[in-house]
Amino acid sequence: MKALSRLLPLSAIALLVLLAPQLRPQDWVRTGTNLGNARIRLASADFKPVGSDPETPALKATFDATLYGDLASAGIFDLVSKSMLPQSTPGSPQEINVAQWSAAPASAEMVAFGALSSTSGKLVVYGWLFDARNTASPQVLGKQYNEASSQDMARTVAHRFADEIILRLGGGINGIAETKIYFVSSRTGTKEIWAMDYDGQNQHQVTHLGSISLSPRISPDNSRIAFASLDRGGWSVRMYSLDLGRLVSFPGGTASGSNQSPAWSGDGTKIAFSSSRSGDPEIWAADAGGGNLHKLTSFRGPDVSPTWNPRTNAQIAWVSGRTGLPQIYIMDQDGANIQRMTDGGYAISPSWSPNGQFLTFSWNRKYGPGAPGGQDIYVMDIASKRWMQLTHEAGSNDFPCWAPDGRHIVFERAIGGHSQIWTMLADGTEQHELTHGGSNFMPNWSWK
Amino acid sequence: MKHVYRILVPVVLLVALVAVAGCKKKHQAQPLPNETAPPATAPAPTAQISATPTSVSAGDQVVLTWRTTDATNVSIEGIGDVPTSGVKTVTPSVSTSYHLVARGEGGSADATARVTVNAPPAVAVPTNTMSAEEEFKANVQDIFYDYDTADIRSDAQATLSKDASYLTGHPDVKVVIGGYCDERGSNEYNISLGQNRAESAKNALVTAGVAAGRIRVISYGKEKPFCSESTEDCWQQNRRAGFTLDR
Repeated sequence: MKALSRLLPLSAIALLVLLAPQLRPQDWVRTGTNLGNARIRLASADFKPVGSDPETPALKATFDATLYGDLASAGIFDLVSKSMLPQSTPGSPQEINVAQWSAAPASAEMVAFGALSSTSGKLVVYGWLFDARNTASPQVLGKQYNEASSQDMARTVAHRFADEIILRLGGGINGIAETKIYFVSSRTGTKEIWAMDYDGQNQHQVTHLGSISLSPRISPDNSRIAFASLDRGGWSVRMYSLDLGRLVSFPGGTASGSNQSPAWSGDGTKIAFSSSRSGDPEIWAADAGGGNLHKLTSFRGPDVSPTWNPRTNAQIAWVSGRTGLPQIYIMDQDGANIQRMTDGGYAISPSWSPNGQFLTFSWNRKYGPGAPGGQDIYVMDIASKRWMQLTHEAGSNDFPCWAPDGRHIVFERAIGGHSQIWTMLADGTEQHELTHGGSNFMPNWSWK
Repeated sequence: MKHVYRILVPVVLLVALVAVAGCKKKHQAQPLPNETAPPATAPAPTAQISATPTSVSAGDQVVLTWRTTDATNVSIEGIGDVPTSGVKTVTPSVSTSYHLVARGEGGSADATARVTVNAPPAVAVPTNTMSAEEEFKANVQDIFYDYDTADIRSDAQATLSKDASYLTGHPDVKVVIGGYCDERGSNEYNISLGQNRAESAKNALVTAGVAAGRIRVISYGKEKPFCSESTEDCWQQNRRAGFTLDR
């Protein structure tokens, strides 16, 4: 008895040693999320109200909150908490005492500040970015905005100014404060395509088809949404023109069977999608106009959810059930060089990172009847196939999609039967829920 | 000689018959006057009949209920002899008077139940289609699948051969096969899986002799579940190929 109990820990250790090669640390992929190592400490001052227009305070409140939110969620700043900011609200370079901002407790390396006024329907905003450590020549950025006065415009101007700051301080990568997220919502009773600003503001319905519409994918030039919808004949890939405000033709998208899960190439010239017109769901590709249709895969089992390498437009990742449970694969755009990426479980919904280096997808590593475990969002480095898990023990997570900055991922999280759209940084931190009403699914981040 | 017998025998027999019949008639003739004045020992029959409901549409069933007393012979016009009391279901196609006559030692009685059959509604087609749909539902059963597969299970084979025999016997019937999946996994993957389930069911029917042109397949993925709980029972309900009448 004693001998057995002494043996048990030993065998446990032996087992661990045997398993060790599989347990190699692959839980951290640091590069490529564009997050950098040291975050810049940035102070975002409340803007100075100018003039006595009664609308100014409300516009200023919206502007300040939006700018602060944009900078806080950018993923590259250590934003000084509002409580640590100096009491002053400098409205111009003449009014700022830079030393006040670089001193503790603010200890800011950079300061964003400015002035806002609303006069006779015009919104005028002056914004500056100062390097608090460079007292000789502190100005990094100075911008002026003249727009029609409205709450929406106060938000828009704040987004533009935030993106200028992020572009300057974030290694030349464009900010995402002016981007949109397209998604599916059932809040009207049927699943329709909706749109919202990247921070969840300004949610509005795009399609009114009264059927089931899924998988919205915005074109790289923001002019069209490819999506799938159900009618009497099955699923078709359809095209909605945001310029025209109506459906436009996409000839290759309708055929017998299921035609769905469209994906734009990064140059906007091609669309890949899944079609069962040959009898089995395969990946097909067409020109953006719907012509030059050709089949890329030929293997029994579901092939679905393609995503292009947006950097090269020469490779496609997708989901295939050819060996049983769905796995992530990649191939060349002509269907050659097929490579399996995931080693098991249930892997779906890939999205290719803007720099071409990573995939994010939804993976349930312990999938199987009766097996515990969650469906979580993962990021995989394509060259090494090393992965890291971004979500943990929070609902069922699916449809991750990269933001164009490569720093953010939007995804769908279902808790208790209700799905909502969430964002997070590409390392899994700073998870925020963007939608709250009804059920919302399948987010797609605009390219710019 | 033979000729004489051939004529003689029938004649003799005829005479004998007339004589016997004449005797009988005389015997029976005596009680006849009693019919109009029955003796106190034989009470007059009574009869009741009712129909439920009294107003129906063509093709609907009506329950006739009748009761008689002191009757030896009961009949309903158009139905014939019936027991002295009873219940019978009829399906009149036109308005009908069910006339019951009860005869007994003490005389006869009759009763009538009238059933009004309303003309079928002007749009007769939906009524017919409904019943065609019901007949289809009763004869063509859905089949179910194992997790993450579109392979036909052995228990589904039996169902499919019944489905196929109904369909081959009704060559005018067209069918839509819907492919359904449980809630696990992505909407997109499940549309593909549902497509393959519907296709595998179609292929099985085609193999069993149903013309491919009569079958339309459509995948509903996990978009139109039959059951919305997160349990294995519910998931099994949702992993199916569902058959409906195509119009």
